[in-house]
Amino acid sequence: MSYTIEGETGPWELVIGLEVHAQVVSQAKLFSGAATEFGAAPNSQVSFVDAGFPGMLPVPNEECVAQAVRTGLGLNAHINLVSRFDRKNYFYADLPQGYQISQLYHPIVGAGRITVELSDGSTKEIGITRLHLEQDAGKSLHDQDPSRSFIDLNRSGVALMEIVSEPDMRSPEEAGAYLTKLRQILRYLGTCDGNMDEGSMRADVNVSVRKHGEPFRTRCEVKNVNSIRFVMQAVEAEARRQIEVWESGGTVDQETRLFDTARGTTRSMRSKEDAHDYRYFPDPDLPPLVLEEAWVAELKAALPELPDARRDRYMRDFGLSAYDAGVLVLEKETAAFYEEVARGRDPKQAANWVMGDFFAALNRTKRDIADPPVSARQLGALLDLMADGTLSGKLAKEVFEAMVETGEDPGAIVERRGLKQVTDSGAIEAVVDKVLAGNADKVAEYRSGKDKLFGFFVGQTMKAMQGKGNPALVNAVLKAKLG
Amino acid sequence: MSLDPTTVRRIASLARIRLEEQDVARVQGELNGILGWIEQLQAVDTEGVEPLAGGGQGGTQLALRLRADKVTDGGIPDAVLANAPDRAPDREGAFFGVPKVVE
Amino acid sequence: MNPTDFTLAGARAALDERAISAEELTRAHLDAIAALNPRLNAYITVTAEQALAQARASDERIARGEAGPLEGIPLAIKDLFCTKGVRTTAASRILGNFVPPYESTVSGNLLRDGAVFLGKANLDEFAMGSANLTSAFGAVENPWKRAGDPEAKLVPGGSSGGSAAAVAARLALGATATDTGGSIRQPAAFCGIAGIKPTYGRCSRWGIVAFASSLDQAGPVARTVEDCAILLRSMAGFDPKDSTSVDLPVPDFAAACERGVKGLRIGVPREYRLDGMPAEIERLWQQGLDWLREAGAEPVEISLPHTKYALPTYYIVAPAEASSNLARYDGVRFGLRVEQGGDLKDLYERTRAAGFGAEVRRRILIGTYVLSAGYYDAYYLKAQKVRALIRRDFEQAFAEVDAILTPATPSAAFAAGEASDDPVTMYLNDVFTVTANLAGLPGLAVPAGLDAKGLPLGLQVIGQPFDEETVFAVGRAIERAADIRALPAVRAHA
Repeated sequence: MSYTIEGETGPWELVIGLEVHAQVVSQAKLFSGAATEFGAAPNSQVSFVDAGFPGMLPVPNEECVAQAVRTGLGLNAHINLVSRFDRKNYFYADLPQGYQISQLYHPIVGAGRITVELSDGSTKEIGITRLHLEQDAGKSLHDQDPSRSFIDLNRSGVALMEIVSEPDMRSPEEAGAYLTKLRQILRYLGTCDGNMDEGSMRADVNVSVRKHGEPFRTRCEVKNVNSIRFVMQAVEAEARRQIEVWESGGTVDQETRLFDTARGTTRSMRSKEDAHDYRYFPDPDLPPLVLEEAWVAELKAALPELPDARRDRYMRDFGLSAYDAGVLVLEKETAAFYEEVARGRDPKQAANWVMGDFFAALNRTKRDIADPPVSARQLGALLDLMADGTLSGKLAKEVFEAMVETGEDPGAIVERRGLKQVTDSGAIEAVVDKVLAGNADKVAEYRSGKDKLFGFFVGQTMKAMQGKGNPALVNAVLKAKLG
Repeated sequence: MSLDPTTVRRIASLARIRLEEQDVARVQGELNGILGWIEQLQAVDTEGVEPLAGGGQGGTQLALRLRADKVTDGGIPDAVLANAPDRAPDREGAFFGVPKVVE
Repeated sequence: MNPTDFTLAGARAALDERAISAEELTRAHLDAIAALNPRLNAYITVTAEQALAQARASDERIARGEAGPLEGIPLAIKDLFCTKGVRTTAASRILGNFVPPYESTVSGNLLRDGAVFLGKANLDEFAMGSANLTSAFGAVENPWKRAGDPEAKLVPGGSSGGSAAAVAARLALGATATDTGGSIRQPAAFCGIAGIKPTYGRCSRWGIVAFASSLDQAGPVARTVEDCAILLRSMAGFDPKDSTSVDLPVPDFAAACERGVKGLRIGVPREYRLDGMPAEIERLWQQGLDWLREAGAEPVEISLPHTKYALPTYYIVAPAEASSNLARYDGVRFGLRVEQGGDLKDLYERTRAAGFGAEVRRRILIGTYVLSAGYYDAYYLKAQKVRALIRRDFEQAFAEVDAILTPATPSAAFAAGEASDDPVTMYLNDVFTVTANLAGLPGLAVPAGLDAKGLPLGLQVIGQPFDEETVFAVGRAIERAADIRALPAVRAHA
């Protein structure tokens, strides 16, 4: 059964589309040579182009164009070999030129699609309508002075990709899953860092509701939502509001709204006096953007492996379950960590260790994959010590905890604590001899047919060896001596 | 297509040019004079014609040149702010100041 | 000979021969400016100290044998070009005391080649006008007088009226100018000098205050065709900072002036024969064709069928682009701010109402309207399509001819008081010139005769894209044949 919200008049279906603004990873801005770094001193990353000075002209950054193309390819989308930049005209304090350079009529990327995974294990395809390049605006600070707002243009001109989805989502979960998947793809591609708390990714959420089987009703746009959780909350809050409006006999007006994270509700933005009339027209400073097919092919050939492909490979080549593979590819860094641990080793055992003890240690130490308490090399070395019989599974867990605590390599810990398994059969024989001599009665019982006592001899031997006896060797020696 | 006073006021507001009420009629007359004159374009048959967007010769023949992704500019807040009519005091950082904007 | 009477080429030779120093040459021009500018108002800003320092530096380079192609040549710079450290106004109140922290590419090229900048030339506000009547710094007077009427103040044309008047009155050896619909060629014709708008993309627009980006082109005005050629060679060139700048080598335009016109086919567009065209304009045009035929060229009648739609097309495209280009003048980062305790929108509206003059406001409003929701297709998109047709007309014509000859203006200079209050009538001044902007083609105005009252009249040579060389050759042939000796009434050492 699909997701609905129960109103007084029965169930309502949700229709959701997202417009995501993703900041392009690049050194310099879209049309100027100023830096894009986050958190610099105010107006220190501003050229005269970014500040809209007289006579200044835009020259586009090749890498920003390449990043948009890579993203389009990653979204299985059509790349438009000819696109154009347009001006979107409006006045705002942090928009120095009085227009934003964007792409309305001919975007660089056309239709595409991505597959999202839902919590019940099912998947769904979400259509991508288009992706276009545009400039970011500057930043207004309203809380520094009682009577004035301050303008910082550092962000002015930074490249953004606006990624528009089809209205294909039907629940808050699907919206969340779409955004999660989109962010995952962008991060894999390295085209956007996806840091929503730094504003590198923001979503405008289009929501409408309808009764089953109806055409679309009027939608509202909830602007600038800056976390996946808030997107899901905003969808639900806005849908509930609209249902209430419809059910109380009113009509929903198409408008722009804001999500109040503290109250968990949406509210209308101060309606702008000049109902949006952006007077788009082709930017006469910029001839058409024409891409060589060969260049696009080159970018395509150099694309990194994307999460879906990687997940499928883990299942196919490593025999991992869909769930395990899905967890491991969630973050590019985790997948890289896992692959380093698994390289040349048992991939299933590696997966168990990464997802088990390693993830637990990450949680416990409150560290992340970029700065883990145990490196992939160290974890791999631990697995090697188990494989060559140096460590038993039980000892390995002890050693791992010590690694988390000290950051030392497993070999050093084994050495220092003397945890190394005894594999010298002479030494084991000596201990076994002692154990058998001290338990002559039990030996007699065993020999008369009480096979179950074998475990007792193993236990006694291991105890005498403080657990360091190689279990296989201990077994073999006991079998031989007991006859 | 001739402009009524409401449209004249709306256009002036969109363009952020203050228009005093007593000037609306005059401006309306001037704009309508110009618009009436350019109306003759409607007589041209442009069926199937690709619009010429960019600069004359350059427009359709040039493809956009792209610049290398290198930081070559910025780091000049003083020069950027040198002509500002309202520069926020430096203790608060180098900002342009405007009347408070309520969002 | 007065140093201000040199041609640019002549001055270069005199400087190289040490017949005069750059400092003397500059000082002579500064003296002439001091004497005549209060009357002509050709300069908004005179940078005397800087000019003398540049001239002395030129003298040193000349002495060291390192003279550039324009070494020591005193020029006027239209006050639309941003000049580093020197106030740039665009003849508007809205720029206030804006001092650019950068030098435009074109003016930078001239400095690279050794030019001396005397100051910033007056113009129509934001280059919007055809009579230099819209400048916030006052009108410019045309140095020519009607015979027997020394009182009437004639307009110098526009928008580069200050540049043209300064050069005609010998207050500079040459000047930079810009042309969006005729702003180089019309004032050149009104002031009896030469001026060329090169092919769109030939000169960088970087650092020039933008009016209409797809039409704006920088170019020179000077007293001879050859001087224009010398100046253009320095001004032109590929600039990676302007995405519409074209990466082509810059030819030796001066050498092309003497190529002659033998064997050239010269197009005569029948649609330029306007109803009610003054007989003396008609005669001048025919005279020009006769001269060219005598010099070995062959006039060929051609058709440019969409000519009559060029002006209305221009008055959609140019204001639309201007309405967007001029949005940055908002009182926040530079220039004038009018703040009266209101909110940000109030600040914008007061600043822009007080900062822009009537004609600029009018064009911004028209431009805003033609781009606004519901009208874009009917106006802007339609205009772009007609523009494509106008360009196609030229492409077809140039399949048959090497250059096109037309009148430069529909009349000689008029007096300020005779100008119509009706904006559309004023716009008709650009009827012959605006097509070259819409099609991106090079167009040269060259003095070709005088009207019955002794005022200069010009012809226009339009060429194929990036074929300024042929344009110069044709222009020079007309200039030689016309051999005009008349001088403006108001001039240095008159």
